[in-house]
Amino acid sequence: MRLQLRSVVLPLLAVAGCAPRGTRDIAAPLMSSSSSSPAVREQTADEQVAHVLSRLTFGARPSDVARIREIGVDAFIAQQLQPQRIADQRLDAWLSQFETLDLSYAELQKAYPRPAEALQALNPANRNSLSPQDSAEFRRVAGGVRRVTTEVQSARIGRALLTQRQLEEVLTDFWLNHFSVFSGKSPQMRYAIAEYENRTIRPHAMGRFRDLLGAVAKSPAMLLYLDNWQSAADSGRPRTQPPRLAAGRNRGLNENYGRELLELHTLGVDGGYTQADVLNVARALTGWTFLPQRPDQARQLRRAVAARLPEPGTFFFNPGAHDAGEKTVLGRRLRAGRGIEDGEEVLDIVARHPATARHIATKLACRFVSDEPPDELVDRAAEAFTRTDGDIREVVRTIITSPEFFSAAAFRAKVKTPFEVVVSALRALDAAPDPSPRTAQVVANLGQPIYGRATPDGWPDVAAEWMGTGAILGRINFGLAVGANRLPGARPTDWPGASSLINADRDAQVDGVIATFLGSRVSPETRGILLSGRNPLHAGIATDGEREIPPLQGLAQLVGLAVGAPEFQRR
Amino acid sequence: MHRRVFVRSGALALVTMGLSPSFLRRAVYGLQLPQAAKGKVLVCLFQRGAADALNVVVPHGDAEYYRLRPSIGIARPARTAGAAGSLDLDGFFGLHPALAPLRPLWDRKLLAPVHAVGSPSSTRSHFDAQDYMESGTPDQKGTRDGWLNRYLATCDTCEAGHAEPFRAVAMTPQTPRILQGPAPAVAMTSLESFTVRSAGGVSERLEALYRTGSADLVHATGAETFDAVRQLREANPQRYTAEHGAEYPRSEFGQRLRQIAQLVKSDVGLEVAFADVGGWDTHVNQGGATGQLANRLGDFAASIAALVTDLGDRMDDVVILTMSEFGRMARQNGNGGTDHGHAGSMFVIGGAVRGGQVYGRWPGLAREQLFEGRDLALTTDFRSVFGEIAERHLGAKSVASIFPGFEGTGLLGLLG
Repeated sequence: MRLQLRSVVLPLLAVAGCAPRGTRDIAAPLMSSSSSSPAVREQTADEQVAHVLSRLTFGARPSDVARIREIGVDAFIAQQLQPQRIADQRLDAWLSQFETLDLSYAELQKAYPRPAEALQALNPANRNSLSPQDSAEFRRVAGGVRRVTTEVQSARIGRALLTQRQLEEVLTDFWLNHFSVFSGKSPQMRYAIAEYENRTIRPHAMGRFRDLLGAVAKSPAMLLYLDNWQSAADSGRPRTQPPRLAAGRNRGLNENYGRELLELHTLGVDGGYTQADVLNVARALTGWTFLPQRPDQARQLRRAVAARLPEPGTFFFNPGAHDAGEKTVLGRRLRAGRGIEDGEEVLDIVARHPATARHIATKLACRFVSDEPPDELVDRAAEAFTRTDGDIREVVRTIITSPEFFSAAAFRAKVKTPFEVVVSALRALDAAPDPSPRTAQVVANLGQPIYGRATPDGWPDVAAEWMGTGAILGRINFGLAVGANRLPGARPTDWPGASSLINADRDAQVDGVIATFLGSRVSPETRGILLSGRNPLHAGIATDGEREIPPLQGLAQLVGLAVGAPEFQRR
Repeated sequence: MHRRVFVRSGALALVTMGLSPSFLRRAVYGLQLPQAAKGKVLVCLFQRGAADALNVVVPHGDAEYYRLRPSIGIARPARTAGAAGSLDLDGFFGLHPALAPLRPLWDRKLLAPVHAVGSPSSTRSHFDAQDYMESGTPDQKGTRDGWLNRYLATCDTCEAGHAEPFRAVAMTPQTPRILQGPAPAVAMTSLESFTVRSAGGVSERLEALYRTGSADLVHATGAETFDAVRQLREANPQRYTAEHGAEYPRSEFGQRLRQIAQLVKSDVGLEVAFADVGGWDTHVNQGGATGQLANRLGDFAASIAALVTDLGDRMDDVVILTMSEFGRMARQNGNGGTDHGHAGSMFVIGGAVRGGQVYGRWPGLAREQLFEGRDLALTTDFRSVFGEIAERHLGAKSVASIFPGFEGTGLLGLLG
């Protein structure tokens, strides 16, 4: 499968895995019986517990298995589907130490100016050198602006580690990746991220898709990332108002957001739209904008005041930039002479399009079930999407209560992303969250910098994309770093259950580590290798090359080995 | 599931059958892997931040240049040695004096500057322009893979060694955009880091865990990983010393180029190497013959010169290509710096390069000759340079699939 994948040149790869396969007829009769009938679950009771923990959470903590055994798998699922009823004080207390997470774009921009702006303020005459005092001040300010980026990264990891609302956080991660933005897009982008995560995505992560889509469309993060803030009617197009102070360098139509809205955010690349649709969607969204910064010249500022422009970082509709001509989008006519309604109607159309239901259902099934989810499951999830007008909670419920979800084939079928590798290790160790940027750096070094995906397709969610020699080496060394006590907040010999194992015999240690880190079930070979004091590569082979290797040094090494093991890479 | 044991020169390995042919081939050939068939190597060096091309390859013969840059312009070539003028190349262009380490390469006809080259896109966004330069599709934001990866993925270039782990190596923390895509590429910040960091039998146990025989992707890739680690260890990068008196700067960039030289000489099948270096976004106080930009250029040139010296005769099979996302405004700004511009310059260096001349038509710097009245205009599309190197140096047979939609503008004749 891997070789096949690699021999295909990329346009295909962009949709490899997790894309609706074939061109099945969306209006075809859907299976309806099995979604309500008592599910036949192929997984054993213990497997079901491990499975829901591996899919609905960022990994099991030592106490989780017992807790879910007690309340039952179905009750756990039901709880997680209602996050607003789950208290989360420990997380809230931890998050309160961060200065930047609750600030708006405008507040962040004011409190943490860009280094170039700070330099300009300190050194308006462009002298060749700064005074020692000014240099110190510049270093302080330049360091401060980094905090805007690093805090939001640390908080992502801390939340995933601590929150009791695990499913909500899994879905937040899913949607942040579905509507991926890149912090390196421009210097202003950093001011938009915290708000994007905390006000745009998370509140809608289990809500209605149309609401989520609308929030994203109006978010400074997406307006900036996919350039719509500077998209304007091409010259000569009809407008309802003459162009006034342009938001940014309006140089005409920019199709970037319009294209990705259809290809990535809603219908999907095979969703049946045309280049004309892309163009008309982009036209409908002209004038959806915000100001990335305060006008910096007095003259500009006076004009801005005269034009009553909103605060930087706030969405507004600029009728002077809107193409008010007639448009046809996916067969629907939008009449001429309108304003912001054009964009709203486009979002209505694409949010309710059957291809969108199928695209979102497929991606969610891929996240929760397997890289190539069964068609029948995708059909039912898409049907739930359509029936509930895009109620994400109901689509997810359909998927995670399905027989396919609890099938033997789905068990450990997914490969963890680097973020999941790190957070699941932290959770298994019941680690304290690390407020410093170090843990985020660990995730980045494994190949998945947080808010660091440059392209709008988001990180891949299929195994083949994450498995390369460099990637495996990174994961192995991550495990060894955990065992060597080098993961901030985590102690390889200080997790619930560890104290009783430290002086236990080897068998008990191995079984304890397997239970905590590898979800109880491993092959006899894996267990044998963890136990053995002989060189496992040579074991059983009669050869003069055979030699003994020293047994592992205690529990810490065993933990490192488990986290670096192939089984830990799966969920 | 079958299991076989391959015996080779005193070492044993458990090898799982039924996995990828590349894995098997590697297991069979063991440590004596064949070199990439042609042994050609491309080293791509990206100057992130938009290097000021007009102060890199200085058009000292264009009077407009000194009008546009009264305080930061690089003086005409000095008549006396040691003065801070540009280093004359052909009577019209000169190198920034900090690029003195590259001057011998010009004299030996190994160095070919290309001027007024870049992306036809008018964007002045670092992000967008870097994206286009790496995807190889200007103004097409939908491209997901990088052009170097498309080269690697077009499997018509060499017979052996395709799936070699070190065929494409980026000396960067993450795989850069230019190498993203279906073909495997390894990113690392140092060769020393490409190892299993453990002792006391832990590494051997981990290897055994990945060789238990489960025929899944994680195990198979893990087994390949241990092969790759062993391959690099055999090449013994730790004991490396540069040859021919090459002295690499201690900078991060210099050290990364030193490691690229190690990889080239280790014969581990390296075909494409990548490194990048920042610090080129000189909006404020960029300096002239000395100062900010001169310091960056000094390190850049000394690192490249050391790489060329170190590789010696191997430069016959190596091409070094430098690039930056765009050039900078022709006129200096009010802060002694330059703002974002349009066309830039590149260096193409190698034994097979027809060096000793500056490539590309010079568009001139008079107002009406400038792009949008402010920037150096573009006369050579970067895809012409990339495509020519992919085809003439690496042997790519379908440049059209690497740069879809690009018609091409005829060969520049960079390679002999």
